[in-house]
Amino acid sequence: MFVMSTGHEIPVIHPESADGVFSLMWLVIALPLLGAAILLLGGRFTDRWGHLLGTLMPIGSFVISLLMFLQLLGRDAEDRQIVQHLYDWVQVGGLNVGMDLLFDPLSSLFLLLITGVGSLIHIYSIGYMAHDPRRRRFFGYLNLFVAAMLMLVMSENYLGLFLGWEGVGLASYLLIGFWQHKPTAAAAAKKAFVLNRVGDMGMVSAIFLAFVTFGTTSFTLISAKAEFASEATMTALGILLLVGACGKSAQVPLQAWLLDAMEGPTPVSALIHAATMVTAGVYLIVRSNFIFEYAPDAQAVVVIVAVVTILWGAVIGCAKDDIKKALAGSTMSQIGYMMLAAGLGAAGYAFAILHLLTHGFFKANMFLGAGSVMHGMNDDVDMRHYGALSRAMPVTFLTFAMGYLAIIGFPGFSGFWSKDKIIEVALGESWIVGIAALLGAGITAFYMTRLMLMTFFSEKRWDKDVHPHESPAVMTVPLIVLAALSVLGGVLLLGGWIVDWLEPVTGPEVHHDLPLPVIAITLITVVVVAIGVAIAFVLYQRREVPRTAPTDVSFLTTAARNDLYGDAINDALVVNPGRRLVSGLYAFDRGGADGLFTGAAASVRAIGGQLRKAQSGYVRSYALSVLVGVVIVALAMLAVNL
Amino acid sequence: MTEYIVLSSILFTIGAVGVLVRRNAIVVFMCVELMLNACNLALVAFAKQHGNLEGQVAAFFVMVVAAAEVVIGLAIIMTIFRARRSASVDDASLLKF
Repeated sequence: MFVMSTGHEIPVIHPESADGVFSLMWLVIALPLLGAAILLLGGRFTDRWGHLLGTLMPIGSFVISLLMFLQLLGRDAEDRQIVQHLYDWVQVGGLNVGMDLLFDPLSSLFLLLITGVGSLIHIYSIGYMAHDPRRRRFFGYLNLFVAAMLMLVMSENYLGLFLGWEGVGLASYLLIGFWQHKPTAAAAAKKAFVLNRVGDMGMVSAIFLAFVTFGTTSFTLISAKAEFASEATMTALGILLLVGACGKSAQVPLQAWLLDAMEGPTPVSALIHAATMVTAGVYLIVRSNFIFEYAPDAQAVVVIVAVVTILWGAVIGCAKDDIKKALAGSTMSQIGYMMLAAGLGAAGYAFAILHLLTHGFFKANMFLGAGSVMHGMNDDVDMRHYGALSRAMPVTFLTFAMGYLAIIGFPGFSGFWSKDKIIEVALGESWIVGIAALLGAGITAFYMTRLMLMTFFSEKRWDKDVHPHESPAVMTVPLIVLAALSVLGGVLLLGGWIVDWLEPVTGPEVHHDLPLPVIAITLITVVVVAIGVAIAFVLYQRREVPRTAPTDVSFLTTAARNDLYGDAINDALVVNPGRRLVSGLYAFDRGGADGLFTGAAASVRAIGGQLRKAQSGYVRSYALSVLVGVVIVALAMLAVNL
Repeated sequence: MTEYIVLSSILFTIGAVGVLVRRNAIVVFMCVELMLNACNLALVAFAKQHGNLEGQVAAFFVMVVAAAEVVIGLAIIMTIFRARRSASVDDASLLKF
């Protein structure tokens, strides 16, 4: 199938039915779901062993995923799409949706990421949440999240994807607000939930439109029919899907929830807000490539959103003193890179996924490292109270350093390969986008170096009664594994492996003519990164870091400390007009609608109050009124008859 | 014929005025009886004029009702008098708004 408008082949999904080890596909979702059910319904009986069960479930899923992945590796490229039909799910009129699972090169990588990194984070949580009385419930929620995320990436149709999409939203709400006794955590959970619902509106509308246009929500059938739809429809579909992706992946303008979401326990930040859930938007766009390839305008919007987000998140990351919020700003920015690559079409899909995987490794690593630091610092998150921790926590420091080198794109580390490729593709697309991506890389290097120096180097700024100590092995072992993955993640690009691997899903790679030779782009990137590191070194290692944040700072710093006024913008554009509308409606309801009824009732009551006085208790006055009544009736009858 | 009706009217008026102006429950009661009997007189007179018995039958019914009413009314008045040491209808005015 050759399409003239885009000039390259857009693949159509034609899956085979599952057999052999692939018939265990459903177990990948079922295991964590079962774990969640047991832990959440089992109550206190499961308290003593709940965390162990909760950890075994994703490990079981990981083993099955790995077996299926190895099996898939052995197959020919055109046989690498396998579908398992579980049962007919929704059959209403023309709508016929099956509970179908799709296992293809794209979902296989996600499965390994989710269950692999997920299992490590479960293990880490055993130590991190050891003293929390509600640990069993925490593991129940984590299992629920993993099951929902797996549903999201394994479904063969948009409706099933949406089921996982909402499940992930629910689980993240429960986990962000896990310490619900803190009002800030409860508010952050609510904010994440509401902003995600805004994105879900786009998602639901996209599913409706897809059903109206194609009469189905199945990826297989839509990809086969995609070329017959009009470009306007495809653009609308693409934009609606992007709205959904913006909500889940914290892209501008729906980015405001991610920073507040750091109120949750740190493993949650690592699992949900770095490694998996926020990447769902990227998955959605790459999975919907057969829609975006026919909608170049929608792709352009994706690129714009992504570029804005890259810089937005990076600027926020520069000014935050809260270690988790600095990392959250960086997550936002890195997901911007993935969205950018996904928005650049067939040239970028594979690199979006590559960056997603490497980011999943190094960001989970760093978030868990941050959790380990907080563990040793009595849950203080302010980096201005850290300093010189490299001696006190050597394992955390070394693993964190691997993640740090990976994210800034130090040559040879995983982030170097993935980010470099994205910058290269972006430069091939246009100068402006490429330079923005390059600038983002420089800022990333700056804020990550700042974070690194303030936490592990410079001089001690600890509180008096703080005695930093290394975390137990149950926490450091996952860190070591993730650090190894952060270093080695680049092997996925060896010989262009990931590009070939994803070809059945995203189509053959497209090469743009680059304005510069590849090696020159790489060198420029490395130089930009080095400049970022150098500036941070001058500002935070040579000078003394004050224990309290200085207040006489530039406007940009103040703005970045306030999340670039994201909340204020939301307030001004949506929240306050909404509030005014509601209070207006409320006043009308009170004064107008209720006033009519309560007014009528009140006047009846007032008249009754006066008439009541006639009931005086004096029999003779009653007798008089009876007599008067009789006389009146008699006179009336006379008047009528005469 | 007219004489009967005039007498009936006079008796009824005396009864009605008595009910309205007297406070003693016994007297009020007697006035009520007077009104009932004034009605009876009118009924019987009209029955005689029309030449049928319906009015007379109605008068008997009124008498029966009046007798029953006397039994209950006097009993109530007795009870009120025992409780309050007064037979004034204005004193028993607690049941009001």
